[in-house]
Amino acid sequence: MSAATEAAPAQPGAGGGPLLAVENLRVGFATEDGRVQAVDGVSFELEPGEVLAIVGESGSGKSVTAQTVIGLTRSPNSHIEGSVRLSGEELTTQSESQLQKVRGSQIAMIFQDPMTSLNPVYTVGKQIVEAIRAHDSSIGKKAAHARAAELLGAVGIADSERRVDDYPHEFSGGMRQRAMIAMGLALEPSVLIADEPTTALDVTIQAQILHLIQDLNRSRGLATILITHDLGVVAEVADRVLVMYAGKVVEQGTLDDIFYDPQHPYTWGLLGSLTRLDQPRPHRLPQISGSPPSLLRLPKGCAFRPRCPHEFAKCKEVPGLEARLPADPNHCDRCWLEPEQKARLREIEGRIGLEEPA
Amino acid sequence: MLRFAVRRLLGAIAVLFAISVLVFLIFNVVPATNPAQRIAGKNATPQLIKNVEKEWGFDKSLPEQYWTQMKLIFTGEATSYSLAHINIDERILEGIPVTASLCIGAAIIWLAFGILLGYISAMNAGGLVDRFVTVIALIGISMPVFWLASIFLYYLTYKVELFPASGYEPLSNPGKWASHLILPWISLAVLFAGFYSRVLRSSMLDVMNEDYVRTARAKGLSQRRVTVRHVLRNSLIPIVTLFGLDFGVLIGGGAIITESLFNLEGVGYFTAEALGQQDFPSIMAVTIFGAFFIVLFNTFVDIAYAYLDPRIRLGTSAV
Amino acid sequence: MPPESENPGTEAPIPIGTGALDADLGIGPDGAGVVEAAPGEAGPGGGPWAVAWRRLRRNKVALFSLAVFLLIVICCLLAPVWANQVAHTGPNTTHTLEKLHVGGEVREVVEPSGKAIGPQWFEAGGKFFLGADGHLGRDEMVRLLYGGRSSLFIGIVAALITTILAVTFALLAGYYGGWPDTIISRAMDVIWAFPVVLLGISLGIVLAVGGLVIGPIHLKSSSLWIPTLIIGVVYTPYMARPLRGEILALREKEFIEAAIAQGASGFRIMFVELLPNLLSTIIVFFTLNIANNMLLEAVLSYLGAGVQPPSSSWGTMISEGFQALYSQPILTIIPGTAILLTVLSVNVFGDGLRDALDPKSKVRFEARAGTAAEMDNPI
Repeated sequence: MSAATEAAPAQPGAGGGPLLAVENLRVGFATEDGRVQAVDGVSFELEPGEVLAIVGESGSGKSVTAQTVIGLTRSPNSHIEGSVRLSGEELTTQSESQLQKVRGSQIAMIFQDPMTSLNPVYTVGKQIVEAIRAHDSSIGKKAAHARAAELLGAVGIADSERRVDDYPHEFSGGMRQRAMIAMGLALEPSVLIADEPTTALDVTIQAQILHLIQDLNRSRGLATILITHDLGVVAEVADRVLVMYAGKVVEQGTLDDIFYDPQHPYTWGLLGSLTRLDQPRPHRLPQISGSPPSLLRLPKGCAFRPRCPHEFAKCKEVPGLEARLPADPNHCDRCWLEPEQKARLREIEGRIGLEEPA
Repeated sequence: MLRFAVRRLLGAIAVLFAISVLVFLIFNVVPATNPAQRIAGKNATPQLIKNVEKEWGFDKSLPEQYWTQMKLIFTGEATSYSLAHINIDERILEGIPVTASLCIGAAIIWLAFGILLGYISAMNAGGLVDRFVTVIALIGISMPVFWLASIFLYYLTYKVELFPASGYEPLSNPGKWASHLILPWISLAVLFAGFYSRVLRSSMLDVMNEDYVRTARAKGLSQRRVTVRHVLRNSLIPIVTLFGLDFGVLIGGGAIITESLFNLEGVGYFTAEALGQQDFPSIMAVTIFGAFFIVLFNTFVDIAYAYLDPRIRLGTSAV
Repeated sequence: MPPESENPGTEAPIPIGTGALDADLGIGPDGAGVVEAAPGEAGPGGGPWAVAWRRLRRNKVALFSLAVFLLIVICCLLAPVWANQVAHTGPNTTHTLEKLHVGGEVREVVEPSGKAIGPQWFEAGGKFFLGADGHLGRDEMVRLLYGGRSSLFIGIVAALITTILAVTFALLAGYYGGWPDTIISRAMDVIWAFPVVLLGISLGIVLAVGGLVIGPIHLKSSSLWIPTLIIGVVYTPYMARPLRGEILALREKEFIEAAIAQGASGFRIMFVELLPNLLSTIIVFFTLNIANNMLLEAVLSYLGAGVQPPSSSWGTMISEGFQALYSQPILTIIPGTAILLTVLSVNVFGDGLRDALDPKSKVRFEARAGTAAEMDNPI
């Protein structure tokens, strides 16, 4: 299941380091009911040409993390700490106008709902042209317009010469998302951040969009951060996976690590709730009981504790994110259980899952 | 787009018809007293009343009455018995330039201030400036027009003769024309400016939260561009449509009090006169005239809205 | 208070509203966790009403406004007390030829020139607290309090009428659709197309002359019920339309489908399922409607198409005061100020209420629901 990057001209980071390096990112918001720590110490690296998936439920902080990378969460209510480096350059200390040069041209971001993500009063072409000319005003309107039509064709929209002058509501959902992607590609960025790009689409269209993203990654070496709550999506496309819960990373590793050797009970729960055709059918599709905690009232110690059937005394201490498997220093998790315990506990009825609490 | 416009116009005509019927019913069917007597006025002789009955069709059936009266009004032959036998329609036409001067001037002022204040408010949402502007706007909205007008009249035209108290000077003398209109303009504009600033504020706050604004920022557009071409452009749509409606109402004789207080003999002034004399034919005519203008502007607004928001235009309803 | 962002170079970016980000944060409208309360149920932070109440309590300005409004209402209700115990006179009692003994001086209530006595405040023990009104020499303060009763009565009762009519029509039109909807909507459209003031004037003037006679109901032209009914009916479309829109949206939701599948009757669905979801909109509209009603009443009465003599209201007082605008401006300014304060307090409170019930309120009473002239202040 590993997606090898083949024949992709990887864009080198400065000195061969990672393209995007996020270190100990913390993002807090002041809401009317108190302070919310949406992102609590998240670190990861993105290599050129790689697809990194960030997985989690609503409230896990995955979207906030992504938006903070390009500085969209800055506001008087928000408090941002940590470091985000693009090709070695620190982004968190840059001014708004400096960041504007990065957005769109070096890091592009597309969002979940293509229905509402495009301005309804301008044609799709105009919005793409706007993106292009904002970064390079020397490009004439006609040239930009032609390029917009070209881009729409490149993402698989038929009859793009004509469609470039249509309004967003004249496109179907899937096509709108393609248009968004086209807009993201307009300036040939090195990183694409896709925040739940398929969640709002029909299942059949989801597959198409995912394939498109995969193609772009392979053919252009476009490093991608794919944010989703759906592990099925991850399995299709990702090289590495980050699992987030309540603002923290609870497990990270390669795709194989996560799917074949998951270390955190939350991950087991996510895997267990997937329908698999190649495994024995369970009596009932297991769910993770309970619901994510309110960020205003986090449990003490491990945040997953209230929902975890394997909780024990040590869980009252916050587990650190560490590589606990001696053989694999890149596979980290946040669970106090011993690796042998984990390997045993995660097998339910012949497949990986999370046991119901007693 | 054309089909859309035509459909709207037909609808407007239907509504106009309904309104004329409603007005007719109100003035002829509802009153407990003899309508002919009312029209003939307070000092009517029995012969006069009989003449009125014939002229206004009270001796015939209801639908015929309706037809007769509407004909009188629309062909410019309705005369008022209580108000010195003037020709009602002529009087209305004479009043239009005055009313137009008042309304257009006030409109320019209120749009300018309303949009400016609303913009400032929205950009500083939650802050001190915002609260301050909100309070001012709320006071403006809560102020009865005659309160403000009476203060202006007393302090600025009487105690200190800064402005002329009354009357309308034709546009041929722009200086005088304006000086007679400034106080009325401000009196009218205060209310609307307050209101529009709040509408724009809430509209902008809504739009700022929209996903497409987030997309615009993520594309790396400058602050200014995002604010003007995405936030403001979309926020102004409800303002434009609202303005169309308000302006229609105002022109249609809605500025009754302002015109009376400042002695500007426009359509509103005439309405107040007619009310004072309880002159039904005039009131009926003015009401129909007013309704006509409003329906007309409503239709313009609908069409303008379709132009501004492509989703409406092309038949797909908003997401 | 929000902490200052320590990031250098944050040039006032567009403030992030609570909207899009809340969903990302998984924060429900009350700041609690992801689980959102279904309508009518209690969510993690308490039910939506508890949340709204908390928010309202924090809004000191709104609460203060409410207090001001209630104070005004109480003062007006106590009009007879003031009239009998303090001023020792009635609202219509004239004192043209009388003299007032104040601290050794003798002042004429109405001078031969026609100029009436000014505000005495408490110098004469409360008599002519705000002076006398014009050549009739009536106690202005007493008139103000009694006039307030009329204006407040009309404002509040008309709002009730509007609410009842609007809710009924909206429910019938929105829920049943088809013919009931067509008929009701067209009727609302026609009333809507009529500018509020003109419609109010037309009805007002017509009924002012002969009163209202419908079957067994005989209302004299001086009855307060006439302007009340007129204003109540006139504003109905402005509330009915947005409500109908909300109902149309709610109708598609699953809990309605479920109720229908369970065999609930139309009546039950309308009142037990739909209505509770509309309550916050209704409450806000009702409050703001009071403000509009009072302003409209003032205009109509001023023009002679509202409250008819011998009844009086703040609007009629202004109309009378205008006769003496240049000699005694105070007679116009006082009732006008009373209206301003009352309407302002209602508007500020209504605003706070709307913020508390739904800070992200999408339901706009103002935009498209009517025009400025008609919504907040008839000209």
